[in-house]
Amino acid sequence: MPDTILELRGLDAHYGDFQALYGIDMQVTEGEVLAIIGSNGAGKTTMMRSISGLLSNRRDQIRYRGGAIGNLRADEVAHKGIALVPEGRQLFPSLSVEENLLIGGQVGRQGHWNLRRLYDLFPILEERRNVPSTSLSGGQQQMVAIGRALMSNPDLILFDEISLGLAPVIIKDIYTALPGIIGQGMSAVIVEQDISKALSVSSRVYCLQEGRVSLEGASDTVSREDISRAYFGID
Amino acid sequence: MIVNGYSVTRATPAARVAAMLGAIVLAILIAAPWWAGRADLRLLGELFLYLSLASLWNLMAGYAGLVSVGQQAYVGFGGYMLFALTMFAGLPPVVAIAAAGVLGALISVPVAALIFRLRGAYFAIGTWVMAEVFRLSFAQISALGGGSGSSLPVGIVKSLAASRQSREWLAYWLALGAAVSVILVVYLFLRSRKGLALTAIRDNEMAAGSLGIDIWRTKFAVYVLTAALTSIVGALIFLQKLRISPDAAFSVNDWTAFVIFIVVIGGIGTIEGPIIGTLIFFALRETLADLGTIYLMVLGVVAIVVMLKAPRGVWGYIRDRFDLNLFPLGYRVSRTDPKES
Repeated sequence: MPDTILELRGLDAHYGDFQALYGIDMQVTEGEVLAIIGSNGAGKTTMMRSISGLLSNRRDQIRYRGGAIGNLRADEVAHKGIALVPEGRQLFPSLSVEENLLIGGQVGRQGHWNLRRLYDLFPILEERRNVPSTSLSGGQQQMVAIGRALMSNPDLILFDEISLGLAPVIIKDIYTALPGIIGQGMSAVIVEQDISKALSVSSRVYCLQEGRVSLEGASDTVSREDISRAYFGID
Repeated sequence: MIVNGYSVTRATPAARVAAMLGAIVLAILIAAPWWAGRADLRLLGELFLYLSLASLWNLMAGYAGLVSVGQQAYVGFGGYMLFALTMFAGLPPVVAIAAAGVLGALISVPVAALIFRLRGAYFAIGTWVMAEVFRLSFAQISALGGGSGSSLPVGIVKSLAASRQSREWLAYWLALGAAVSVILVVYLFLRSRKGLALTAIRDNEMAAGSLGIDIWRTKFAVYVLTAALTSIVGALIFLQKLRISPDAAFSVNDWTAFVIFIVVIGGIGTIEGPIIGTLIFFALRETLADLGTIYLMVLGVVAIVVMLKAPRGVWGYIRDRFDLNLFPLGYRVSRTDPKES
């Protein structure tokens, strides 16, 4: 049985007085692709921010490769081998496409991904390597955001709302490229509102509702009725 | 390089012209002692030192987001180190100026460890408090004249150069060298790997952190670098003045308020901004200084008008309007074939 790479143990998260997550338990195993679904405000992005160190938590609530990382800063988490593709891309507008990608490589982890391999994966980025990142289309910006995360050669990659705001044809291209990305021995957690897309690439799925896990199961066995109940909270 | 009908370059034609003009202006300025009067040399020397302070403050506030109102701590510290190291350690003044930079960097480490715990406005106030601690501490050192200060002994002044004219020329060239060096250091820093990280932090601190950039360490590096160079500039300022006192050395008005004015009206977050701002500040000062308090009121009005009408400063306004970049930090793209557009 594959080892657990990431484990959430009763993860709570707060924004001031507002509690966004209530005791989330979750495991991700080596090489696994996990999907997180849920409506707006369910706590999906909060969970990504907690895992990636952008929100500070109690030390033991997040364990990575057996070590407690809940209270680490984002840059320390990145050095451990967890990369985030954030919601809304969050590129650096003052930097060119290639400079955005090189920033990802500053972590200094060795592995499969380098500029050459990224340009093979997304050839359009090589063509436009020296243009400001903000001059790209939304889909190309998402490729930069994915490439920037891959340049850190992570063992676990977190995709937050990977298809949000993109045209269907671009979403199709990105999902076509995903197996090539994840097939490099990496584990992945994909936050996605498009349920069918999320189920198609993942082996297991968690549904969040109002900060709590409302469904957990294998992606190929959960029924539409189960998902509807977990997603909307109605029978 | 040409890619799909787009030409990609780092240097722009404007930057090349600016570099050539800059080289000519620099040559003329190096030769200033042979064509300018004594008063003009002093004025130019002061202008270069203000330009250095403004460029350094801009690196901190404009690029690293560290809005300090306590940089006078390092101006005064540098000045006092020049006096202490020449008077008590017997160092030649030029060596003492360099040593002031090293000591400025060292003293900034514990200061940073303390004030980096503060954020935003609290950080700004914290830097001011630290500068006051510096002022009160140096006012206690009786060997350096205590609260009333002291003058640089004649022997040390004469060790710079035999004649008064040679000393003035040397002070001028040191000030010019400081301004050129500071601008060059800031430019090269911003184009380096650390500069890339700093630009990323400025653009999006959250995304930069999640990509493994240690935000604290990057800002710390900027703070220490700025402290070292500000201390050197401080030593040069008091080498020109030949007299130091706590109130003059740690003046928030002279070494921070005017510097913030320069950067804000020139254009924060650009290398060109402090240059334009320094020229505007000195033009206003030289034409209006005789008006006393009205001069300060005019400065305030200018600052308010610029902030309302051109929030990114005079250079920001020019850059947006004419798409100019005299110090290219990133790549630029232009179409080579207009028919393809």
